[in-house]
Amino acid sequence: MELKEKLVSSFLAFENTVDVDASIHDIRSNAIKIFEEKGFPTKKEEAWKYTSLNAILKHDYSIFPKAESAIEFKDVKKYFLYDLDTYKIVFIDGKYSSHLSETTHDKIDVCLMSSALMHDKYKVVIDRYFNTVATEDGITSLNTAFSHEGAYIHIPKSVVADKPIQIIHFSTGNEAAQFLQPRNLIVVEENAQVQIIERHQSLSDAPVLTNSVTEIFAAKNAFVDYYKIQNDNAQASLIDNTFIAQQANSVASVHTFAFGGNVTRNNLNFYQNGEGIDSILNGVTILEGKQHVDHNTLVHHTTPNCESHQDYKGIFDEKATGVFNGKIIVNKEAQKTNAFQSNNNILLSDKATINSKPQLEIFADDVKCSHGCTIGQLDENALFYMKSRGIGEKEARALLMYAFANNVLESVKIPQLKNRINKLIADKLNVSIGFDL
Amino acid sequence: MAYTEDDLKKELETKEYEYGFYTDIESETFPVGLNEDIVRAISKKKEEPEWMTDWRIQAFRIWKEMEEPEWANVQYEKPNFQDISYYSAPNKKPKYNSIDEVDPELLDTFKRLGISLDEQKKLAGVAVDIVMDSVSVATTFKETLAEKGIIFCSISEAIQEHPELVKKHIGTVVPQKDNFYAALNSAVFSDGSFCYIPKGVRCPMELSTYFRINQAGTGQFERTLVIADEGSYVSYLEGCTAPSRDENQLHAAVVELIALDDAEIKYSTVQNWYPGDAKGKGGVFNFVTKRGLCETNAKISWTQVETGSAVTWKYPSCVLKGDHSVGEFYSIAVTNNYQQADTGTKMIHLGKNTKSTIISKGISAGKSQNSYRGLVQINSRATNARNFSQCDSLLMGNECGAHTFPYIEANNKTAQVEHEATTSKIGEDQIFYCNQRGIDTEKAIALIVNGFSKEVLNKLPMEFAVEAQKLLEISLEGSVG
Repeated sequence: MELKEKLVSSFLAFENTVDVDASIHDIRSNAIKIFEEKGFPTKKEEAWKYTSLNAILKHDYSIFPKAESAIEFKDVKKYFLYDLDTYKIVFIDGKYSSHLSETTHDKIDVCLMSSALMHDKYKVVIDRYFNTVATEDGITSLNTAFSHEGAYIHIPKSVVADKPIQIIHFSTGNEAAQFLQPRNLIVVEENAQVQIIERHQSLSDAPVLTNSVTEIFAAKNAFVDYYKIQNDNAQASLIDNTFIAQQANSVASVHTFAFGGNVTRNNLNFYQNGEGIDSILNGVTILEGKQHVDHNTLVHHTTPNCESHQDYKGIFDEKATGVFNGKIIVNKEAQKTNAFQSNNNILLSDKATINSKPQLEIFADDVKCSHGCTIGQLDENALFYMKSRGIGEKEARALLMYAFANNVLESVKIPQLKNRINKLIADKLNVSIGFDL
Repeated sequence: MAYTEDDLKKELETKEYEYGFYTDIESETFPVGLNEDIVRAISKKKEEPEWMTDWRIQAFRIWKEMEEPEWANVQYEKPNFQDISYYSAPNKKPKYNSIDEVDPELLDTFKRLGISLDEQKKLAGVAVDIVMDSVSVATTFKETLAEKGIIFCSISEAIQEHPELVKKHIGTVVPQKDNFYAALNSAVFSDGSFCYIPKGVRCPMELSTYFRINQAGTGQFERTLVIADEGSYVSYLEGCTAPSRDENQLHAAVVELIALDDAEIKYSTVQNWYPGDAKGKGGVFNFVTKRGLCETNAKISWTQVETGSAVTWKYPSCVLKGDHSVGEFYSIAVTNNYQQADTGTKMIHLGKNTKSTIISKGISAGKSQNSYRGLVQINSRATNARNFSQCDSLLMGNECGAHTFPYIEANNKTAQVEHEATTSKIGEDQIFYCNQRGIDTEKAIALIVNGFSKEVLNKLPMEFAVEAQKLLEISLEGSVG
């Protein structure tokens, strides 16, 4: 049976297992209808021109996890930021793992979507925010239809979250192939601040497809700092849909580190509604093998005096393919917008491919918008300079790549995370550089 | 069933009657609608050889299966293809008997563009005296060209006189099935130009010069084929700075350029068709397919100044097939009032050490929408390919839009691609600076726009550069708030 039919037909069964109030039920039923109509995106759609899901959709995925799997912390410790005190929301095969997690209801709510959907206490927030910024395309609707589990984070007015929050999804491979659909809701009220780190990790070679939707609301003067670490194994695919609604004077930044995975698609959407907003989108992509990463970004400026900054760096080796599809829309009312977009790429192999499509759609005249895109190689002269001073070829190349990605790496505000990312890159490039970068 | 002249006449009569029009049979206009018989009739009318008829029919069959593209960032009411007459013999009678009858507004524009009185007459369709200077000039030109072995004639003439050249090259760069409008054009093209430059010949004059004087009224479905043989050079200008009041709403032209080894073609376009009135009513739909093929060491350079048409949909492209070949694209697109332009280029790098440069300047004013859409594709065999793209947009007023849709696809690690785009408005300080020095705002804007477009204007043949500059000024008139 095709995955689409399988999903549609299992929707009723799913609805019977989750007991929720009527409003969410309507949202879900409506969403499955949209998915039934639109289905999975194909290459015929302009936004999916360079990314095909055909290969990853043909596995026979199990939609509901059958057995509860337990994993020991020591086995997965390396996937955590263990040297940093954080809240943790951990899922194993889509099910919440209480013994690996550390949640709280003290001042802030860091807990589960499933419990937020069930308890009346959260109803006000759910009613006000849930599914209000997520779009109605096929893939997002699919997630909405099955929305049940994920992270629920609520930071009340004028509270600064006392420590960062890690959201980690493990898949164990107990099933032959698994389809996961986490749904996250993050509400950051006025003057509140939060830092979040999200990671998806497969622990086996079994195929995994994750279709994740995250809605983030940043109210006035709120500050949201979000990090996505995508360093999965070659059988794990990820479709990440993130929607961020920002109000006046809020700052939201999303940093995406795409270092691995089978097919990774990042749909990252920023909607600005209020003056003085700053949206920051940063990304580093380092790929090899046959991996494919597609960054599809949208920044929609609707109000005056706002800014957006996009900086995506990509390094592609072997047969890897990279896609950057960035769009900036500036509405007529959004005068004095400053929107910048830059996409720089390095190709290391003849079989690697880059498709880049930086777009601007501008309807206001008093704006400063620019985009730049480059594709190039490592500078031979610089390599020679280093080699002539006794730095090995491999290390010299790695240093140049670090330098290339440095702008984005410098923007990581959590030192322990920065170290971790530097290590991940060093591992990837197979070098050990004996000093802090 | 064979379609005879008589059938045609009959159909013509009944058809026209249906709509209550009176038509002079002499004008030889075909009935509206399009089917295989019409395509055959067009071919027959032009006394074309069988291969050409078959080629048209083939194109028509492909076209029937195709759908009109919708991906462009323009909105318009789709033309009804069954509501168009696909053949109309050029009207030999002059429109006016003396220049005094011509719309004074048009004459005023001519004067401001600095077009000579004789040319003004010609362009406005005034009967011209046979012994007029320009005609003898044209004859001299013709002799010079013939001496060098250059063939420059209408495509219908070329089909008759040089069938081997046409047959070999037509449709090789823009195949019949390339796109909806190219297929339509292949089936029904009325006329166009053909140009062949023999090996090693450097065309002694800008073909534009000749063109300006001798050009017959351009058809609705124009087909142009330019072949530059090994080591030759030609510069060609299409269109005219003068505003043309064309009756046809839909224009679907195809231009094919072939630059063989070491050849160079410079193709410049100035398009100033009727853009519709200030309320966005009427105006020409301009859906053009232009493409050039570069063999080893060849170079094709497109330069365009687009100020007219209600809807423009145009992507002059270069296929850089040969090693060391070079493609260039310089464009200024100005939109005002309700005009919409979706224009850009494609640079397909296939050969080694190929280079391409894209400079696109978009200026939008009024309620217009101006899009740049471009593709730079570096194929896996194109070692050391190099591209530089720059697209700048200038917005005037807050009701217009400027959009950029660049596609960059690199499949080779030695590729070096740079793309830059900026969007801005004319700075108040710049205008203030000019005002301070006694330059009024309208002139100041013209000055700044000209500076903004300089890189492209410089690429135009000399005499047109001057006119194009004035044209920009006129196009943007009244857009200053």
